[in-house]
Amino acid sequence: MTLLTRRKLLNFIVLTLSGMAAVLGLFMLSWILGDVAWKGFSSINWDFFTQLPAPPGVQGGGLVNAIIGTLLMTGTAACIAVPFGMMSGTYLAEFGKNNLVGHLIRFLADILVSAPSIVIGVFVYLVLVKPMHNFSGWAGAVSLAIIMLPVVSRTTEEMLRLVPPEIREAALALGSPYWKMTFVIIYRSASSGIATGVMLAVARVAGETAPLLFTALNSPYWMHGMNEPMANLTVVLFNYAMSPYDDWHRLAWGAAFLITMTVLAVNVFARIMLRAKRRMS
Amino acid sequence: MNEVMYRQATTGQGTGMKKNTMAMELGPQRKLEMGEIKLSIRHLNFYYGDKQALFDNTLDIAARKVTAFIGPSGCGKSTHIRTYNRMFELYKGFRAEGEIMIDGINLLDTSIPALHLRHRVGMIFQKPTPFPMSVFDNIAYGLKLHNSFSASEIEGRVEKALRDAALWDEVQGKLHHPGTALSGGQQQRLCIARALAVEPDVLLMDEPCSALDPIATAKIEELIEELKGKLTIVIVTHNMQQAARVSDFTAYMYMGKLMEFGTTSTIFMNPVRKETEDYVTGRFG
Amino acid sequence: MCRSSVCISINWLEEDLRLVSTGRRPHLELMQRMNMNKNKIWGDLVFRGLTAAFASGIALIFIAIILVLWQQSQPSITKFGFSFLTSMSWNPVQEHFGALIPIVGTLLSTFLALVFAIPLSLGIALFLAELAPHWLRAPFGTAIELLAAIPSIVYGMWGLFVLGPLMADYVQPFLKKTLGFLPFFSGPSMGIGMLTAGLVLTLMIIPFISSVTRDVFLMVPQPLKEAAYGLGCTTWEVVRDIMIPYGRKGIAGAIFLGMGRALGETMAVTFVIGNAYHLSWSLFSPGNSIASTLANEFTEADGTIYLSSLIELGLVLFLITLIILSLAQIWLRRSQTGRT
Repeated sequence: MTLLTRRKLLNFIVLTLSGMAAVLGLFMLSWILGDVAWKGFSSINWDFFTQLPAPPGVQGGGLVNAIIGTLLMTGTAACIAVPFGMMSGTYLAEFGKNNLVGHLIRFLADILVSAPSIVIGVFVYLVLVKPMHNFSGWAGAVSLAIIMLPVVSRTTEEMLRLVPPEIREAALALGSPYWKMTFVIIYRSASSGIATGVMLAVARVAGETAPLLFTALNSPYWMHGMNEPMANLTVVLFNYAMSPYDDWHRLAWGAAFLITMTVLAVNVFARIMLRAKRRMS
Repeated sequence: MNEVMYRQATTGQGTGMKKNTMAMELGPQRKLEMGEIKLSIRHLNFYYGDKQALFDNTLDIAARKVTAFIGPSGCGKSTHIRTYNRMFELYKGFRAEGEIMIDGINLLDTSIPALHLRHRVGMIFQKPTPFPMSVFDNIAYGLKLHNSFSASEIEGRVEKALRDAALWDEVQGKLHHPGTALSGGQQQRLCIARALAVEPDVLLMDEPCSALDPIATAKIEELIEELKGKLTIVIVTHNMQQAARVSDFTAYMYMGKLMEFGTTSTIFMNPVRKETEDYVTGRFG
Repeated sequence: MCRSSVCISINWLEEDLRLVSTGRRPHLELMQRMNMNKNKIWGDLVFRGLTAAFASGIALIFIAIILVLWQQSQPSITKFGFSFLTSMSWNPVQEHFGALIPIVGTLLSTFLALVFAIPLSLGIALFLAELAPHWLRAPFGTAIELLAAIPSIVYGMWGLFVLGPLMADYVQPFLKKTLGFLPFFSGPSMGIGMLTAGLVLTLMIIPFISSVTRDVFLMVPQPLKEAAYGLGCTTWEVVRDIMIPYGRKGIAGAIFLGMGRALGETMAVTFVIGNAYHLSWSLFSPGNSIASTLANEFTEADGTIYLSSLIELGLVLFLITLIILSLAQIWLRRSQTGRT
């Protein structure tokens, strides 16, 4: 075998392996999604969206309280994290581009994005649940908000930085104060990008389980407010999947289907929006 | 771009300084009739960090006339006019020294916030910069910043600004369409209208036509012609024909130094300095 | 044109005279306008201060997490001291706690995940950046990134109900038959255990490592690659000798990022790791990780020492991931600034 053939053979082998890795990745994605769809879709029915959970052994039952709980807590988390994150992202983009404070906060935010979410659950338990002797929807929402915050902040920063400097200069050349320029013009230029980022952040926390385990806990009943333990899809999924009952497993697959499809739909939609925006600019 | 600028500026630093001061002494031997003076620039030096980009620029800008800055890329023309509204303050480490007097006030006086001065010096950029809002709101934004007009007064002023910018006929039916939906030339005139609406004394134009096609360029040039009776215009351009067509006075800059300044006809027909002649005749640059 | 200073002052004088004669007093006018507009400057100061306050909120949360965990784990720290990290006993009845088993479990499952995920991710990144036909790159890349969007609990559930039985019925018996002489592949085939946890984690971190690595590959300047191809290099040689060395900082960052994710992953691991306080050479045997211990026991913990031991466990996890993610950020940042 000549050197050239050997080199070509090696090249062929490596490229084939690389292609196979890619195919494997795609295969795993479709396998997981296929299983979730196959097993989950059959448990989705009218009861699933309208009934409270049934005790083990009793036929039927749904997860209406968990669905509403997830929506409530995710929504509350977004109400806390979006303004907070947008303001801090604004600082990073407009004032903290090159100073020490900016670099430090950017660094900490990037770490917080990937930090273990269960530790954030422990933290919120210690500062909210334990002193008040009460698991609550509020505590769950706060821990989700802490997870969203760095994501929203970094996305906002990134999107504000995409706004061309001439737009800023044009506004300032009119004698506009900096804050007005930011709120009226820069935010508007970046609005679709920030909206996409927020959507992705919401989708991410909607699927979070670990931080809710010991903040919102779970509840099989209707909620009377966010001051009490609150059912939510992911924790219910966890408890049901770990239980020995087949009925509960079915509901767990249904919950998995609902969460996965929602999260993926938001992701795909956000990506399409981002791509359209990139093409425009 | 900035890097290029200061690199060119520094290469000429050692020997150039002396030559330049000599040029200033020798250069404008002829007497210059300028009429009323709007801006007096005295000993303007500009630094990007520790790199000097402008060297001792001194000239006067005539009121209600068009002054053009020409010169090769990176010679500091844009840097020069961007000092007039202190736009450089946005960026770290940029600073200007010297004096730019307008109506007895030094524009570079840091005790006066730039915010209070900028509305007197409007600016048009290379690429059109429509804000992401409707045509009407684009202009109303600047109006609302400085005054508390009634709705009807704003409407009137928006229309006047659009008429002044020769855009009214084209956009009157689509005032509430997004400004970004206009054509490039229309966007640029929208930006001019927006700048005019706040009634500046001086309008800076930084290569306003370089992103436009010839027809749109001709419209902007016509507009400059119409506007110059009303306010002072300073234009930076790469295009020497344009400078010759629209300006009354021309400044030739090279490596951060003001090489020659005079009436446009003198600079183009009968320049004092060899370098200026080489540049305007296209032998260099 | 007037050049001398005398001329200038005459100019000023003329200007002033003209203004006086026309009755306009620009200085005064400007002063009035400035007073009127003073709130604009205040507005900008307030704006800057406000955004800065919110931004430092992120830093405060970060510091608060460490401080609160540290303070609340004091009972456990004073009682067990350093032996907390080296002791294998986890006994809620006798209230004696040591974190060695969860720590080893966390590190081992992460290690397994990296062993599988690094070659696969590099292969995927290479395919996406260099090999795939252009029309395929964007959709394929999106598909891989979507793997990261699936909630981790769904991975865990899939691992428990689908992958676990598959491992027990086919993969583990096969490994025992072929590689059973090694201590790693012995013991009963239960399906769930360290190996399965490692595999689920592999799936979860592949999208992170491969998408960052793809971006790193795409940053290699085209002329550099063309020069190498021009010398007669094969694609693999260009990758090995140009692209990987050029992007090594970014790839290191990507790997650390994936590692940080794997260390802190809770739900996917909790389902499949088996939750047993047990240290064994066999990868088939069930174990425990820090995150799965917290998920399983935190709400049931009674007694101060038990709770504070769990909190200390959380602190240990946070500090480990902090170090790994810091390394990831440092490498990623270096790979970006080294270029421009």
